[in-house]
Amino acid sequence: MRDHEYVPKSKFGKWFNDRLPLLSLASHLTDYPTPKNLNYWWTFGGILTFCLIIQIVTGLTLAMHYIAHADLAFESVEHIMRDVNYGWLIRYVHANGASMFFLAVYIHIFRSLFYGSYKSPREIIWIIGIIIYLLMMASAFMGYVLPWGQMSFWGATVITNIFSAIPFVGEGIVTWLWGGYSVGDPTLTRFFTLHYLIPFLILGLVVLHIWALHIPGNNNPIGIDVKKPSKDTVPFHPYIVIKDGFALLMFTIVFAFFVFYAPNILGHADNYIEANPMVTPAHIVPEWYLLPFYAILRSVPDKLMGVVAMLSAIFVLAALPWLDTSKIRSAIFRPLYKQFYWILVIDVLILGYVGAMPAEGLYLLIARVATAYYFIHFLIILPVLGSKEKTIPLPLSITEPVLEDSSNSPTVKKNKI
Amino acid sequence: MKNIFKITYLTILLLAVTHQVKAAEKVELLKTDWSFKGLFGKFDRGSLQRGYQVYTEVCASCHSMKYLSYRNLSEKGGPEFSIEQAKAIAASFEVTDGPNDEGEMFERPAKLSDKFVMPYGNVKEAQAANGGAYPPDMSVLAKARSGGVDYIYSVLLGYEDPPSGVTLDDGVYYNKYMYGNNIKMSQPLYDGSVEYNDGTEATKEQMAKDVATFLMWAAEPHLETRHKMGFKAILYLIILTILVYFSMKKIWSRIESEV
Repeated sequence: MRDHEYVPKSKFGKWFNDRLPLLSLASHLTDYPTPKNLNYWWTFGGILTFCLIIQIVTGLTLAMHYIAHADLAFESVEHIMRDVNYGWLIRYVHANGASMFFLAVYIHIFRSLFYGSYKSPREIIWIIGIIIYLLMMASAFMGYVLPWGQMSFWGATVITNIFSAIPFVGEGIVTWLWGGYSVGDPTLTRFFTLHYLIPFLILGLVVLHIWALHIPGNNNPIGIDVKKPSKDTVPFHPYIVIKDGFALLMFTIVFAFFVFYAPNILGHADNYIEANPMVTPAHIVPEWYLLPFYAILRSVPDKLMGVVAMLSAIFVLAALPWLDTSKIRSAIFRPLYKQFYWILVIDVLILGYVGAMPAEGLYLLIARVATAYYFIHFLIILPVLGSKEKTIPLPLSITEPVLEDSSNSPTVKKNKI
Repeated sequence: MKNIFKITYLTILLLAVTHQVKAAEKVELLKTDWSFKGLFGKFDRGSLQRGYQVYTEVCASCHSMKYLSYRNLSEKGGPEFSIEQAKAIAASFEVTDGPNDEGEMFERPAKLSDKFVMPYGNVKEAQAANGGAYPPDMSVLAKARSGGVDYIYSVLLGYEDPPSGVTLDDGVYYNKYMYGNNIKMSQPLYDGSVEYNDGTEATKEQMAKDVATFLMWAAEPHLETRHKMGFKAILYLIILTILVYFSMKKIWSRIESEV
């Protein structure tokens, strides 16, 4: 926490604040100087906090009625859907909440990529973010196993089998993870335990993520450093609070639409069939938010190398602050990077699409090209671009965006992306 | 920027085309108008009651519905039989209860609180009675098949003679809409299979529609509440969003910046 000149008004307030500076913290949070040119892509941090809280609250309620046992789990979910008061609502909010959480996190990540928010001095924020994202994937995957439907069971089988690719000890590790010789009751109970634990780890990391953010302050669409506080910034409350609130409400409308009118559209029909170890579904597909990585996994012919590729696809993100050698943060001033950025977005969408398709013929070919491009973007294009790209001159500050001698250089107003 | 839109457009086009090609390989499911689709979708009470009749008279001899209780039949948003009717329905089934004070299991007529009586004691027994195929439990069937109620409706009406060149094993039937076209259930519905109490003509199509509606309710008993609540929730959110929008404009007007 930075030095703060906040002094509580009351005597008791001062006494308390000297011992535990909660009031200073509250004052820091409300006064926190925020660049005033933040656009709506910046509202997803708040939206994600909301998603996490919704998942924890609905999750706790579900856990009161859910039974983590291979013979009873499916039935207990049906019990929640039918007999628990508003159980159907709580479960649909939780299930669709996971999808909404990922939708928001992908927008949040791609916003960072566009505006270079991962660059110095915000590397730690970025890396904590990647860890949160990893934990989210782990938690979502284990959560999907809990209803103990066919996709739960076979998804768990496929994903845990990934570890068998590790040389020598792989098989042993898989048996250890399962707590038996196949996915079964011990697997379910430990997944439930971990699914319960991870959200609280995420919560802790979110606190660190925000703490780390409050040291340098927010990046902004122009990507230049702002003096804080100054006429370039506004206090977090009420300006950013109301703006985040407005964006959050828009988001909840979309959320509510899924919950009330299409609650099962993002899931797979097979998960309403109780798990049966004797019957394998025709296609085993993970939830939509894991599809790009699933496509990368399957595009490599060798099992071990496929796993390495999939994990590298995530870890390469953690190295991004050092792979991107350009000193300019915002893509607004990087004409070439901007093009490559959009190609990457499309590449990831294609990966997601082919991840849902059977790994054969044209789909496999597309998956391979898209996987290769994904790595080329991060490992070759970004490092080279830093030195080769001719960037557009930066404005001096947010409020004085136009440079004297550049009639055609972009201004804040023209470039509200 | 223009290039980006071009690229995006082409990608979407490409994905749409591949999707179309893929969709063309699938058989188009039969469609009928369902009263429960849409923002204000509700079940057709008559259809649900008839659907229950088709279920008990035709399906229930093989297909269980283990997550439903007889009380559900009289609950709001369902077939809404009267309590007396639901009690009478329940009483027509025998359930095993116990042990009693002598330690014996005994048979008694079912009560509202009992789950639907299952046609077979266990999966093995069901398989043995049906040539090795397990007739799936129907409680959530309408959500457990891609295509949902349309798929169920189509399969019920999809029986036809196999195309020339296709030979079927004993006890296997040809169905245009079933995955793999082979089904071990013989055609369950013929015109007049049941005699509807309300006088509706029991055509194949009518019965298929009624029973599919009944299965949709069975899988999603709170569908009507969900639709009603959803409309209110979204309307509330929209109004609140508009109010917050204007508050935001007002607050941000204090400084020289756009929201």
